[in-house]
Amino acid sequence: MSIYLPIAELSVNIFVILGMGAAVGFLSGMFGVGGGFLITPLLIFYNIPPVVAVATGSNQVVASSVSGAISHFKRGSLDLKLGSILLAGGLVGSTLGLWVFVVLRRVGQIDLIISLLYVFLLGTVGTLMLWESVNAMRRAAGKGKPLARKPGHHNWVQRLPLKMRFKKSKLYLSVIPVFGLGFFVGVLTPMGIGGGFILVPAMIYLLRIPTNVVVGTSLFQVIFVTGYTTIVQAATNYSVDIVLAFVLMVAGVIGAQYGVRVGQRLRGEQLRALLGLLVLAVGVRLAIALIVTPTDIYSIVMEGINK
Amino acid sequence: MIVRTLLLSAALLLAPLVASAQVMLDQATAVLPETMEIGTSTGEIAITSDFAGADLTIFGALGNTDQLLLAIGQYDVVVLLEGPRENATVRKKERVFGIWVNTQSMTFEHVPEAYSLSSTRAIDSVTTPLELNDRGIGLDHIPLNPIGFIGDVANMREFRDAFRRLQETGGLYERDPSGVRFVSSSLFKATLRLPANVPNGVHTVRAYLFKSGKFVTEKSLPLRVIKTGIEQTITDAAHEQPIAYGCFAVLLAVLTGWTASFVFRKS
Repeated sequence: MSIYLPIAELSVNIFVILGMGAAVGFLSGMFGVGGGFLITPLLIFYNIPPVVAVATGSNQVVASSVSGAISHFKRGSLDLKLGSILLAGGLVGSTLGLWVFVVLRRVGQIDLIISLLYVFLLGTVGTLMLWESVNAMRRAAGKGKPLARKPGHHNWVQRLPLKMRFKKSKLYLSVIPVFGLGFFVGVLTPMGIGGGFILVPAMIYLLRIPTNVVVGTSLFQVIFVTGYTTIVQAATNYSVDIVLAFVLMVAGVIGAQYGVRVGQRLRGEQLRALLGLLVLAVGVRLAIALIVTPTDIYSIVMEGINK
Repeated sequence: MIVRTLLLSAALLLAPLVASAQVMLDQATAVLPETMEIGTSTGEIAITSDFAGADLTIFGALGNTDQLLLAIGQYDVVVLLEGPRENATVRKKERVFGIWVNTQSMTFEHVPEAYSLSSTRAIDSVTTPLELNDRGIGLDHIPLNPIGFIGDVANMREFRDAFRRLQETGGLYERDPSGVRFVSSSLFKATLRLPANVPNGVHTVRAYLFKSGKFVTEKSLPLRVIKTGIEQTITDAAHEQPIAYGCFAVLLAVLTGWTASFVFRKS
């Protein structure tokens, strides 16, 4: 059964879109990530114009983040103060990111930059995750001396000025890295890279934020930054396809519920290892696409379509 | 004498009359040009939510044709459907430090976004390339004029070829060298295919009549391709109230996410 997408201006098979949404939803529910980094490449692969894919992807991430966030907020795993500073950085960052996006699109390099960013970020994050989780599994198996995190350990982040007390996270931390992280994730959001999978590891390993508040707080930031990006994309590029987004989000939130159940049966380090593998696989897939000789070295852009 | 003079003057008076009668007779049989009338099965194609492309049938009637030439297939009809015109940029990738990067580009002015052609036989055997170029008939003859900085003129040919090839493989440019058929000696019928990704806007149906390779006449009709119902409402909202549209999209996402977490918590 085909369905016409009014903004992308093409007909697609509704079951393919439902399948994509459900699969990405399942994985995002299982790993607790937004899934933006999965949905955008999938949509582009299915011939959705990249501009529509990134904007619609961010709209879909709003839905999957909200469905995941509610239970977290109820459990009280949201540090509102920390989240607000991350969010302030994110809003500034995504404004800049959108501007960069428009400029790159005009000069015809947006696809390349998105691919390069994906390859670099997914490669790095995937490798780090895999490395960390495999080490954790080996320690657990060998019952070796666990590498306990030293609470008093000072890295460069701790030496920055403008410190502030975050009661909920039980932290005394500089505002600069928090705002900076929010900003960095914000810049990437308009490129279709939902920030969750960068935000969560950076909060844990760089800012040393307790794991129990990390997910709730990062979801809080992601909801507002992706929501803001969706609105600005709609206002500047007219590229949010609400029909595509709705089909994706309905399938996505249902898939996510099953993903959560499977995720609960796995141990933390197993989950992180699988996520690391998945992230790495997407990165490698995109890297191959950049290196392998394309089937056609020419491409056409019509001015009228998705102007 | 008088009789002879009368006869002579009568002959002098009649001569021009006879001659003009001869001219009128000539015009009636040979000089009167062929005519062509066309009509389409519909003047409007609606894009609905399950739109998967459409077929357009074009009927045409020829008048004042030479029956002998018609019988031996000396008349050719070319029917084409031209989409709305836009500027198109063709980009070329090159390997830079191991990865493929868009390095060169060329923008062509006002090219049709879609182009579908049917003819009685391959257009290259209908008439001369010069004639086809002049009238822009045929995928290989659509005028592609670059705008802005062209750079190396030698590249123009490869960019033009790439444009035509990509449009054809993408289904937006089509040709059917046997799509026009005569249903009777003076009636013809052509079928044109509109792909699922046909652009919106006013398309133009054009029909050309050739006799022994020479252009005789042409006719054109507009064809509107429009979104209808909810598709049109969504497109209008996205372009006319973009901020409200964006807010609505976000609200829809929040509601969907919230509903899902509510429904599944119960079960």
